[in-house]
Amino acid sequence: MANQVTNIFLAGVGGQGTLLASEVLSEALMLAGHDVKKSEIHGMSQRGGSVTSHVRFGPKVYSPIIPEGEADILFGFELLETYRYLPWLKKGGKIIANDLKIIPAPVAMGQAEYLGDIPERLCAAVPGAKIVNGMELARQAGNLRTVNIALVGALSKELDIPEETWQQAMRNQVPERFLAENLKAFELGRQFKSPLT
Amino acid sequence: MKQTILSGNEAIARGAFEAGVKVASAYPGTPSTEILENVVQYKEIDASWAPNEKVALEVAIGACFGGARALATMKHVGLNVAADPLFTQSYIGVRGGLVIVVADDPEMHSSQDEQDSRNYAKFAKVPMFEPADSEEARLFTRLAYEVSEQFDTPVLLRSNTRISHGKSVVNLDDPVSGLPEPGLERNPTKFVMLPAHARQRHPVVEQRIKDLEKWSCDQPFNRIEDGEGEVGVITSGIAYQYAKEVFPKAHILKLGMVHPLPKDLIRSFAERCKTLYVLEELDPFIEEQIRAMGISVIGKDVFPICGELTPGRVKAALSGEPDPAAYEVEAELPNRPPNMCPGCSHRGVFFQLKQLGAYVTGDIGCYTLAALPPLSALDSCVCMGAGISNATGLCKVLGPEERQKVVGVMGDSTFLHTGINSLMDLVYNQSPATVVILDNRATGMTGRQDNPATGFTLGGDVTNAVDIETICRALGVKDIQVIDPYDLELTRNALKKAMATPEPSVVIARRTCMLERRGGAERKAPLVVEADKCVACKACLKIGCPAIEWNAEAGEKGKAVVNQMLCVGCEVCRQVCKFDAFRSSK
Repeated sequence: MANQVTNIFLAGVGGQGTLLASEVLSEALMLAGHDVKKSEIHGMSQRGGSVTSHVRFGPKVYSPIIPEGEADILFGFELLETYRYLPWLKKGGKIIANDLKIIPAPVAMGQAEYLGDIPERLCAAVPGAKIVNGMELARQAGNLRTVNIALVGALSKELDIPEETWQQAMRNQVPERFLAENLKAFELGRQFKSPLT
Repeated sequence: MKQTILSGNEAIARGAFEAGVKVASAYPGTPSTEILENVVQYKEIDASWAPNEKVALEVAIGACFGGARALATMKHVGLNVAADPLFTQSYIGVRGGLVIVVADDPEMHSSQDEQDSRNYAKFAKVPMFEPADSEEARLFTRLAYEVSEQFDTPVLLRSNTRISHGKSVVNLDDPVSGLPEPGLERNPTKFVMLPAHARQRHPVVEQRIKDLEKWSCDQPFNRIEDGEGEVGVITSGIAYQYAKEVFPKAHILKLGMVHPLPKDLIRSFAERCKTLYVLEELDPFIEEQIRAMGISVIGKDVFPICGELTPGRVKAALSGEPDPAAYEVEAELPNRPPNMCPGCSHRGVFFQLKQLGAYVTGDIGCYTLAALPPLSALDSCVCMGAGISNATGLCKVLGPEERQKVVGVMGDSTFLHTGINSLMDLVYNQSPATVVILDNRATGMTGRQDNPATGFTLGGDVTNAVDIETICRALGVKDIQVIDPYDLELTRNALKKAMATPEPSVVIARRTCMLERRGGAERKAPLVVEADKCVACKACLKIGCPAIEWNAEAGEKGKAVVNQMLCVGCEVCRQVCKFDAFRSSK
């Protein structure tokens, strides 16, 4: 049973909208008829810290946390955080990562370095890793804050869920006044083709 | 029945609504905060923030005396504060059903300890339910009210971070109907715990636990899931989910009620298994009781006591080593610790306390982050309210010179939580310690909730705003200074003066939290660094603002850069820079 469960590991930085992204994702999976569980940490880690969210779906899901090393998809909102959680990915898993750097405090203070070649490292580990310019897609959608949903759009190509179901999930989860721009961002993400693949 | 996906906290709120709860009270605390934030959306329930958990529970008890179903929610350490009413209410029992939700935080994602609240159920002799997902969180909350009234007892419901903040599919049910109307009822031998009355109640409490133990042996919330072979696992709550992952074939006894334990059911289950595991997070709470029954089990001799369980940790405990990962990170990565927000009103205060060489006794709030570099300006943190009373005690043992350095620090919400008592003691016993109240008009760390000083209720209604200066004055503080912590010189002078004063002195640093919901926080145009003026002294990096970044490539020695997306124009950095390199981008 456990092996019929699909695991999506979200990694990002507090304040990036990973929470709404995981809400939309879980809602769409539930509407598509799956059992769904998700788990994440609020509170202290939100203050600009590293943020992760585990989403699991299948006929029956037990643990809300993905077993270590069993993520089918590593879904990253920021490059360093994507790379940090690479060991959660299982052999043959996929990567979808936002091509964005957010400088952590030790780097901002000049005490550590931000690796310059994370996209290359991700693609070397997992050929075909999708590096998405989420900020550019969000800009095209008309609001930089839609970057999280643009990335969900890119992720949606990897999941067997009808487009109408995704749209329904967004209508259920996204506040009305932001819906139009988020639907657009999703569409742009869904059409995105990685230049590196 | 409508299906939806809810967090454990949302599901507990839903369960309370379905159970016909009339009154709910809480003090915010991760991971329990969102329960009341969701309860307040049900207009049938009077939901409110209390100044602390003890008050919250006592408010709920009052409603229970009136014959209504009532709820109090808190995090694990909050139950320490509310323990006093809990223990006596166990003797009193209930009129309307009374449920206390306590959310533990194994792994201490956002807490100062990882105490196991199940011990309170045993200690206070009350039943405790433990849900394993959101659907059970809803169902057990409903059920807890029935048990509370059937057995005349307060009931604890234990959640934890993974249950409270995890989401899973829930079936919504209709609310119960036909509950009795609240009203006054005098019942002194039950409600008035004089020694003579309490002596009569204690045997009732002992019998109650025995009755619950027998009754729970054939209730559906304690269930056996048949597997294959001779391995059995006794488990509850979130650990059940990990047991299903790691022992897919084992027989499982899943306990929905963790106190009292269904001993007969456990005995009959144990007889079927050659190898018996107890899988539980934190303390060997179930394990020790089963061992005391003379049944041998494998438990904390294998599984960790410290930290939360995960499927991987359970597996590794069994096999002796973790599974190798398919991919490795081949570099040392900078970590990403949480930080005070750009424009946080605490930053300037801690920067100056550090400069003045203060020894800072702090406590629980966003300001605890001041302990981290580069500020490194917090020297102790125990619990809510301790910032002031620790300072009092510390001053008692120091000589006159060192005594001046002691500064007790806490936030507005923490001051109202338990800090008032600490300040009362400080003044009463004439401590020379300096007190700083960081009044940012919000309960920040848990997500900017309102408190009695913000002037708004949980429901968003305008209410009285506590005047902190007047409270300090009433407690007997004569030396009170109110400052704007964005003004570094003013802040420094005020702190210096207060520290030099041998009498009790209070500095109130007042600035609205950047996360405040009502637009009270001031945001100005971001600053920029004039590159030719930056001499790479790195003084601005010492305030630890997330908006200031170091560009090592610029110039000969590197230069500071302001992140235009993050900066809110508070100008604290501008005052730190001796070379006038920061200016407004406007």
